[in-house]
Amino acid sequence: MRRVAVVGVGCSKFGELWERGFRDIVLEAGAEALADAELEGREIEAMYVGNMSGGRYLGQEHIAALIADYSGLAEFGIPATRVEAADASGGLAVRQAYMAVASGLHEIVIAAGAEKVTDVGDPMEILSASVDMEWEGFVGGNLPALYAIIARMHMESFGTTEEDLAMVSVKNHRNGVKNPKAQFRREIKVDDVLRSPYVAEPLKLLDCASISDGAAAVILASEDVAREITDTPVYIEACTQASDYIALHSRKDILTMKAVVKAARDAYKLARIEAKDIQVAEVHDSFTIAEILAYEDLGFSEKGNGAELIREGVTEIGGDLPVNPSGGLKACGHAVGATGVRQIVELTLQLRGDAEKRQVDAERGLALSIGGTGATAVVSILGR
Amino acid sequence: MVPRFWRKIKYRYDLKGSYCENCGNYHYPPRNFCPVCRRRGRVKEVELPDEGRVLSYTIIREGEPCIVALIELDNGIRIISQLSCDPSEVEIGIRVRKAFRRYGEDGEEGIINYGTKFVPAN
Amino acid sequence: MVKEEVCMTGILSYGSYIPKFRIRVEEIARVWGEDAEKIKSGLGVYEKSVPGIDEDAATIAVEAAREAISRSKIDPSEIGAVFVGSESHPYAVKPTATIVGEAIGAGNEYFSADLEFACKAGSAGMQICYAMVKSGMIKYGLAIGADTSQARPGDALEYAAAAGGAAFIIGNNPIAEIEATYSYTSDTPDFWRRDLQPYPSHGGRFTGLPAYFRHVISAAKGLMERHDFKPEDFDYAVFHMPNAKFPVRAAKMLGFSSEQINPGLVVKAIGNTYSGSSLLGLCATLDIAEPDDRILLVSFGSGAGSDAFAIRVTDKIESYPREPAVWDKIERKVYVDYAIYLKHRRKIKA
Repeated sequence: MRRVAVVGVGCSKFGELWERGFRDIVLEAGAEALADAELEGREIEAMYVGNMSGGRYLGQEHIAALIADYSGLAEFGIPATRVEAADASGGLAVRQAYMAVASGLHEIVIAAGAEKVTDVGDPMEILSASVDMEWEGFVGGNLPALYAIIARMHMESFGTTEEDLAMVSVKNHRNGVKNPKAQFRREIKVDDVLRSPYVAEPLKLLDCASISDGAAAVILASEDVAREITDTPVYIEACTQASDYIALHSRKDILTMKAVVKAARDAYKLARIEAKDIQVAEVHDSFTIAEILAYEDLGFSEKGNGAELIREGVTEIGGDLPVNPSGGLKACGHAVGATGVRQIVELTLQLRGDAEKRQVDAERGLALSIGGTGATAVVSILGR
Repeated sequence: MVPRFWRKIKYRYDLKGSYCENCGNYHYPPRNFCPVCRRRGRVKEVELPDEGRVLSYTIIREGEPCIVALIELDNGIRIISQLSCDPSEVEIGIRVRKAFRRYGEDGEEGIINYGTKFVPAN
Repeated sequence: MVKEEVCMTGILSYGSYIPKFRIRVEEIARVWGEDAEKIKSGLGVYEKSVPGIDEDAATIAVEAAREAISRSKIDPSEIGAVFVGSESHPYAVKPTATIVGEAIGAGNEYFSADLEFACKAGSAGMQICYAMVKSGMIKYGLAIGADTSQARPGDALEYAAAAGGAAFIIGNNPIAEIEATYSYTSDTPDFWRRDLQPYPSHGGRFTGLPAYFRHVISAAKGLMERHDFKPEDFDYAVFHMPNAKFPVRAAKMLGFSSEQINPGLVVKAIGNTYSGSSLLGLCATLDIAEPDDRILLVSFGSGAGSDAFAIRVTDKIESYPREPAVWDKIERKVYVDYAIYLKHRRKIKA
């Protein structure tokens, strides 16, 4: 296996992009990544696209070919592949691209993630198809409901409070103010979260990331090529993936995302580090409880103590372990298939020192991308 | 939607699971392949207990409140299901028993989906 | 050695279901500007049962059937016939009985149909099952009467039209033998609902003498005359209960006392559950009956007809589990106001 580096990153604005279509936002992200890598385009040998549900969000399948076409890469006939793991699709696209380069099959590969959710269909209903539709979805167990069941049990078992959850949202909104690509760039207070209406008790509207339009792209290259084309390569030290039972009722412990624990353990082993060596993280806060679980399952805290990190400010931009300096899914908006790629964009900017007002001091970062309620987890460790 | 609902109608209308004689694990919904033993598994369909307790729950607040709960049946098997009762009656730990109820319908002209919900026991 | 009676056929088990919601006559009268006291004294009904928003005739039928099966401890796959009588079948075309058969695990080898004969479709199912068991066609038959009764808002019917049901497993070696059954039927349009119409229409006072009383009295008399019974041969009597007045008057006309009919007079507290009405009265009576007690059951279905049964309780009832009793279920209730009632009846939609 060869070392793989990120040599270019790009990201569209996230949000309700009424005036721009799917092709427009993908091109925006892709063009920015090419410019960032100072590549012309013809150097790209393969493309992987994370997209959860072009079929239902757009009524358009064959997404990868469409993107290859509109980005001018069909001209060279490069292989273009869509990968899907619900809202971990983006993380998975990065992993596929990583494997294609690490294996020696390709030198330069682009991984993109894109979702346009405001055109067709009900965004939450479609995202909720990431759960077991026959046995959870049938009985009304949509995504917010299942995370709410996890949240209530976490509160009951470990004393986590609704205020703790609210503080996750408050932190991520505070960070989002400093991210020009974020959908929500305003600070909120704990009281704002607590006073927002319940979506699925105990989760409230401001505990939930909004489902948004957006696209992101990263260009990966082998170490040798990376050294030729950039002075600031950021290396992917590990990119792992794991799965778990899809339905909550099949899991022995719904308060531990086993897939996250396994992917993280494998990633730390590959990178020859421990959890304490991580200095910045982008995690999947589709619901505030998910960020608390991420702290625990990634090993940033003991199981049950996740809320202490948010209470003590550890995960603030100025804290010991900043989490979601980008604003996370909560402030950036959750552009489903784009989110996992956007996390890699953010980590790359942070490790290169290009994160401007939200810059943290870090040499090594971790990204966690989750599908549904945790049946898929992708963990990436990046270092400069 | 009709074939997908109909195919498992037996398991929606009543509580059934599978039991692996090799590892002693129960599964809900019934599986024809033991996820623990795989090829060594010896899976058979079993009736599940009528009662259990609420491990956790949520009240979905979109229109008519809808209570979705994680229930542990008396043999330890877990099931995500709906509770048919007033939200004020629910708390973690309450005992519940199965009930046959309507889940919804595919519009006014479509089929009616029935299935198992739970109600507070006694 | 006493030879056991092997061909005694009757009720092997029974189950009932009454939704927990109630609405008071006062609440309905408040909405329509009527005098609640006058209605209560006129009908003898004080409140009625209301189904939950996720309940209908099929769910009520299943709940009643499951209770009957669990009390009898029979293997549901041995049930050879399932008949569900209702005037509120959830589908116009597609049987309720197959939903019940599937939900109770009856397998696939059973005779089945939905029945409709206004309020007597359930007792008609009992007669069919009785005949099938007697003839040896089946071992056990399941007959159910269940309704979420329809009534036009503001109509006099609305004060009584209620929800509930009862299920009977018919077989040999019963807890209550069906000694005889007799029906009296004529074409009398006292109450009807045309296809695609949401609510039934009725003939007002025409539903009384020429309809209810003519058929109930004729069926009861016909049964007693043919089988040599007198009112005093019966310990209890149950007559269909569109309200509390009609059955009391029918009892008086036939020479039955109020002591004989009171245990089954559930209408006062839950209203008229249509196909479930007289059958729930029978369940409530069986709840307190002792071996050798004899019960007269007379249903009535508009259109019109009455099914009369002479039912004799056997020794087997002593070891038969009868808890919770119908009157206990009646006491478990939650009151709703008229707006919630409309929502539960799906008359208003979000």
